Amino acid sequence: MDVFPAVMQDFLHGDRPGVVVDSPPGAGKSTLVKRVATHLAGAGEPLAIVAQTNEQVDDLVAGIAAAAPDSQVGRLSRDGYLASARVAGHRNVVVDSKMGNLTGSAVVISTAAKWATVTDGSWPWAIVDEAYQMRSDALLRIAGRFERTLFVGDPGQLDPFSVVETERWAGLSWDPQQSAMAVLLAHNPSIKPHRLEVSWRLPATAAPVVSEAFYPYTPFTSGTGPEDRSLFFRTRAFGKSTVDYSLETAAATGWALHELPRRQTLRTDAEVARACAQLATRLLERSAVAVSEKAPDGAPVTADRIAIGTAHRDQAAAVRAHLPADTGITVDTANRLQGREYDVTIVWHPLSGRRDATAFHLESGRLCVLTSRHRHACVVVARAGIPDLLDAHPSTGRMYLNEAVKFPDGWEANQAVLAHLSEHRVPA
Amino acid sequence: MTALTALARAIAVREERAQPLTTVRHVHIGARPLVFVPLALAGEANAPLAALVGDDRAAPHLLVVPQPRNRAQRFAFAAELGHLVLDYLRSFTHFREDVPINRGREVRQRFSDAPQLIVPNPAGVAFTRLLGRSTRLRRTDGPYAVDPVVPLLGRWLTFLAERAEHPGSSLMVAMTRALSMHWATGQSSTEDANLAALLGWIAPPEGRSPVEAAADAEDADLWPPAGPATDPTFDNEILSPAIARHERDPRHFDGLRKVLNSQLEPTWHLMWRGIDVLGGLSPGASVAERWADDRDSFTNYVTYLAGDNPLPQARRDSATAAARRLSTMERAQNVYDVQRAMDDPLVMAEYRLGGEAFAGTVTYAAPDRIDASSGRRKLRPQILVHTDDPLRLTPGATVSDRSRPKQKAVIVRVSTLDSGGYEVQLELSGGMGNSLVAPPGSVPAVGERLTYSALDAAFRQPDRFPANEETPWTHGGPPQQYVPTNDDAVEDWS
Repeated sequence: MDVFPAVMQDFLHGDRPGVVVDSPPGAGKSTLVKRVATHLAGAGEPLAIVAQTNEQVDDLVAGIAAAAPDSQVGRLSRDGYLASARVAGHRNVVVDSKMGNLTGSAVVISTAAKWATVTDGSWPWAIVDEAYQMRSDALLRIAGRFERTLFVGDPGQLDPFSVVETERWAGLSWDPQQSAMAVLLAHNPSIKPHRLEVSWRLPATAAPVVSEAFYPYTPFTSGTGPEDRSLFFRTRAFGKSTVDYSLETAAATGWALHELPRRQTLRTDAEVARACAQLATRLLERSAVAVSEKAPDGAPVTADRIAIGTAHRDQAAAVRAHLPADTGITVDTANRLQGREYDVTIVWHPLSGRRDATAFHLESGRLCVLTSRHRHACVVVARAGIPDLLDAHPSTGRMYLNEAVKFPDGWEANQAVLAHLSEHRVPA
Repeated sequence: MTALTALARAIAVREERAQPLTTVRHVHIGARPLVFVPLALAGEANAPLAALVGDDRAAPHLLVVPQPRNRAQRFAFAAELGHLVLDYLRSFTHFREDVPINRGREVRQRFSDAPQLIVPNPAGVAFTRLLGRSTRLRRTDGPYAVDPVVPLLGRWLTFLAERAEHPGSSLMVAMTRALSMHWATGQSSTEDANLAALLGWIAPPEGRSPVEAAADAEDADLWPPAGPATDPTFDNEILSPAIARHERDPRHFDGLRKVLNSQLEPTWHLMWRGIDVLGGLSPGASVAERWADDRDSFTNYVTYLAGDNPLPQARRDSATAAARRLSTMERAQNVYDVQRAMDDPLVMAEYRLGGEAFAGTVTYAAPDRIDASSGRRKLRPQILVHTDDPLRLTPGATVSDRSRPKQKAVIVRVSTLDSGGYEVQLELSGGMGNSLVAPPGSVPAVGERLTYSALDAAFRQPDRFPANEETPWTHGGPPQQYVPTNDDAVEDWS
């Protein structure tokens, strides 16, 4: 069902200053933002759009500039910003570091940090994209500039974080370390979120798993059926290594757990790093082809359609060290993979080789981001023994008065994903 | 736990002695700190039982609450503590120094030294914070009136406990935290929370090895817990009968004092040994700068309290106050992290291991290189640095070396050498004057060893937040003006 008319009705004529849209991974959030923006720009209404990273801003600028070629799109940037190729290619885009030079723009797009430096002016309409990634103090700084605001985001994503550890504000409804969406909903219980319920990214093999593990109370389905997507290799493996077994398992079932022998390791486990790199390069060597509703005749899975996701930056660096330079394969942390989409992802399990399971490594958002970036298949690389680790470390986070309990619990989500992966285990 | 800390702990196990994690001290240790060892009654929320407090190791003051369940006695304790603490605080308000501001055009003043409260452990900080909370909102007239010093003590304890959370501040220090920041032991971090065991590893008593001293610390008779929680066996077998005896006959007060002193005194001596051990380390280069911030903050609070109608700290931060405080703390955390790395090669080693910094030798230098590509001729020397560190910085990254803090270096190219390691090509700008010729020494010379990192402690403009009365609808709208009332001291759940 298309929620656009209902969202638009609420946004234009509702009695609350804010409208919230929750979206599971790949459910057409960006398309919705683009449609709302085009609609308002077409009506000549000034619109402000707030995103969280420059990458997201560039995506939105390019998307809206293409969808509304007759409207001027302003990209408010920092000093010294060089427009990326996808932004510079549009003639209706104006890039400037001063708001004063963007007054002719129907839509002004920038990051939350840059919006906070805007000292005057107000906008009748605004869209805050990825509002679950935004910290509530960032929203506090800018919310007053907008009369009516549409908040869009994915509740399963990683919570924003702070370098400062304090429990000083735990339980306060305006805790600045909470996400913007959590704070806004806590103060405005009368806002009922609209929900997108169909994921167009996740294949039929992944949507039920992700939905059950990470969205237990707001289930969603896959927009494509099991017949619509498939992954095969143009070559056959000569002699079969476990890497090939894992890739073939993933191609056939959408999932694989490439399981290395049990061992406690440093964070930058060299064997896991090598396995991640090998899986990705082997996928290229085997000339994988992805068949989908977008490419019914099959499209080659090129390096830019493959991502390797890790929990820590040094793990990503360790994987890169095992890849030839300039492969074009994306290697990044969960935080930076948020909102991105690939054909095949290879995931370094956050709990692999660990001695303990901390709140950071158990966080459900982290695993959710890592296991919901793919259109076709996901290979998880881990040391054996994670079930035991989970059993030994039930989540013991402190409870605070008045603090909303978050579902799903990271420990439980990890169990659910592992239970599913155990059916696709390839001992390496 | 980082890789280097893990390594230091492994070495500590093998060598059977604590290993330094730093080359310098990163906390300020004052010449006359106030040591505060509080004990709380088990089973009661933050009920003070006893405390040893003082700035003279030979003459601690013992404060005792004979019946900790009696609230009147609790506030008598707070008044006694308040007089001691306020006398100590006042002793720092006699000498001021001038601080030039606004590029030397004006001068402001701050106290030339500041107080320092040292408690045994983070639980001691939490106890202090809660004691401050339970006393700062008390009334000094009407029913249940308390000594005027009590609410004043509450404000100061709250101020100090808040500073304890402020990254890099040394106004209030938890001893175990300060010690384990500087040393790795061969025991778990839970065991490190035991002051006697931790200090046993670092500086064992005469005649005991570190491992023996840590084993001794497991005996609660020999080394009672450093508080605020007490040893349950002591509670049942000694404290409880002593309190009961005193209830029946007040002449048993001295006996009760003696019993409580026996629990506190070993920790008192440990605290001063810890202060000696920390004081024995040479301070890092930026410790004085951070202490100056602490003195500013102390000066400001003294000034605030001396002003018209100073309000106690609100029970909780408003939305804007919370956001503003978080922003301040994050800036302080960033500066603190960078300063520690700059002060200390062992801390910098962590960043080098993570690839965010690299140390190497200059192999080539073009100090007079001119960049004329943008029309205006600019001095842009380039150097090549050879490093064996696992580099993760990529071209375009801006780095700097601590010996030339004003000079920015941009990585132009990183090439892997066949002989191992990397060759990094850097373009320099800044810190070389305005002419097109670099003054001697301003550009690193061939053979010079440098440590470049992407760490940046440059001053950032404070973030702007809306005024309290402009709190947006997303955060509950403008809050009501805070007016202190009699009910402030009542907790929501009491």
